[in-house]
Amino acid sequence: MSDTTKSAALVLIEQDVGGFSQINLKVMGAVTHLREFAELDVDLLVIGKDCGPVADVAARVPGIRQVLMADGESLEHQLPETLAPWLATIAGEYAYLIVGATTFGKNVLPRVAALMDIQPVTDVVAITSANSFKRPIYAGSALVSVKTDQPIKLLSIRASSFTNVILGEARAAPIIPISAPAAQQMSRFIGQQQVQSARPDLASARVVVSGGRGMQAGENFQLLYQLADKLNAAVGASRAAVDAGFVPNDMQVGQTGKVVAPELYIAIGLSGAVQHLAGMRDSRVVVAINKDPDAPIFQVADYGLIADLFDAVPELIEHL
Amino acid sequence: MKILVAIKRVVDPSVRVRPLSDGSGMDIANAKMSINPFCEIAVEEAIRLKEQGHATEVIVVSIGPQAVQEQLRSALALGADRALHIATDSLLEPLSIAKVLHALVLREQPGLILLGKQSIDGDHNQTGQMLAALCGYPQGTFASQLEFKGSEVWVTRELDGGLQTLALAIPAVITTDLRLNQPRFPTMPNIMKARQKPLAVIPVADFGLDLQPRLQILATEAPKSRQQGIKVNSVRELVDKLRQEAKVL
Repeated sequence: MSDTTKSAALVLIEQDVGGFSQINLKVMGAVTHLREFAELDVDLLVIGKDCGPVADVAARVPGIRQVLMADGESLEHQLPETLAPWLATIAGEYAYLIVGATTFGKNVLPRVAALMDIQPVTDVVAITSANSFKRPIYAGSALVSVKTDQPIKLLSIRASSFTNVILGEARAAPIIPISAPAAQQMSRFIGQQQVQSARPDLASARVVVSGGRGMQAGENFQLLYQLADKLNAAVGASRAAVDAGFVPNDMQVGQTGKVVAPELYIAIGLSGAVQHLAGMRDSRVVVAINKDPDAPIFQVADYGLIADLFDAVPELIEHL
Repeated sequence: MKILVAIKRVVDPSVRVRPLSDGSGMDIANAKMSINPFCEIAVEEAIRLKEQGHATEVIVVSIGPQAVQEQLRSALALGADRALHIATDSLLEPLSIAKVLHALVLREQPGLILLGKQSIDGDHNQTGQMLAALCGYPQGTFASQLEFKGSEVWVTRELDGGLQTLALAIPAVITTDLRLNQPRFPTMPNIMKARQKPLAVIPVADFGLDLQPRLQILATEAPKSRQQGIKVNSVRELVDKLRQEAKVL
């Protein structure tokens, strides 16, 4: 392989129910940073069955060389067992393979990496040179700077840390069809269900309302649902509230739950244990409502209201 | 069928950890240590599968210094049958861990390998996927439900926007998410019994693998701290601030 082919990056495009996922624009924001340190041709890889419309959107991403499109039956569900050996071959031609640090990217990238005998860098939140990156550890309690001299860098990008690139109006790069991988027999897609809730998903919601042990009982979370409905917010909970049996585990925000970074995080009746703070500290604006003036949550809150939540939340709902 | 469960010793999730002031790592020298919470869910699931008659033996393995034997004993107290301590004082990267586990899989031939989806210290979320790749096995990551159907295991996976169900041929690698189960607490008699269960120590060098780190750690630093904000006196003032000042409503 010549040096010229080594100065290219391949970005694996993610899809969601709407087709081309908005995550890709954030990932491209990270690629823009990377290009400050390395001269790179950037190719986008669109995979799937009948994925032409997604490739059409991808071709509007500014500053790219080309869109590679693999369209085929075997790629319908983008199973990692099908993708990984094929991607490992394609990625060998590049200096970087980049995906979003979503459940899709997290599932696929390490499998590709192991086949290439490469240690990837996952959850990149900052790019400091062509081969050094920052990533959070201990759920964001610290950032570690790592350097890799491996010939191919495999990166997953934490979207909330980068800004979108803006899609152009018209196609700016050619779409090159490539052949899809063969199917495999070890895994089979059975079904998929999107979250049935009318509320947005906790991980991607613009506003999150969370309750803690101060909610006192599961029924009282109804109050938070009412508030959430006013704000089009997702509802979360502290580990204490989950352990007390108020709400199921999948609502847990924290080091052992989901890590969220919404525009607005409203913590209600929630003391702010270390392990909870680790899961929400990157939120843009934090509001805390708690009757205990010494609750640690007030130390990270932009706006704190010392009040009984059972008075304050109904009033808040009324004012919105 | 044997189940192999890999567990990691980590700082207990209730402990507040901070970077050392010289940037050389984390200040964890005297911290309380536990089984990584996601690994504990993996142990619990393996024990339940044995109780339900799907498995004959649950083997737990941990890679690290002598101290990991403490977590192996905890897993034995929860109900695992025997433990393997792969001894090393080096901090191994996920790729190296996966290589060691792969070597163990070749030795033990488990039908299912269960791991936590990630450790709460390194937060890599890589080892299970890498192990599956090296073994050439299917992977069911972020599992919230497992069900055996004939020669397959059906895995429900937690995705960003919903749930996905896959059928995997056995042997398979599964990584566990929070919703899979609620781990039990060990009973006193089981803690006593665990002391008698077999725990074998294997030096990592015995595997003859290249486990050199691929990443160089330059520094460990505290994230930008949040500036402490203000107290508001009323709900009305709060809504006002959110609208006018923060512009989030």
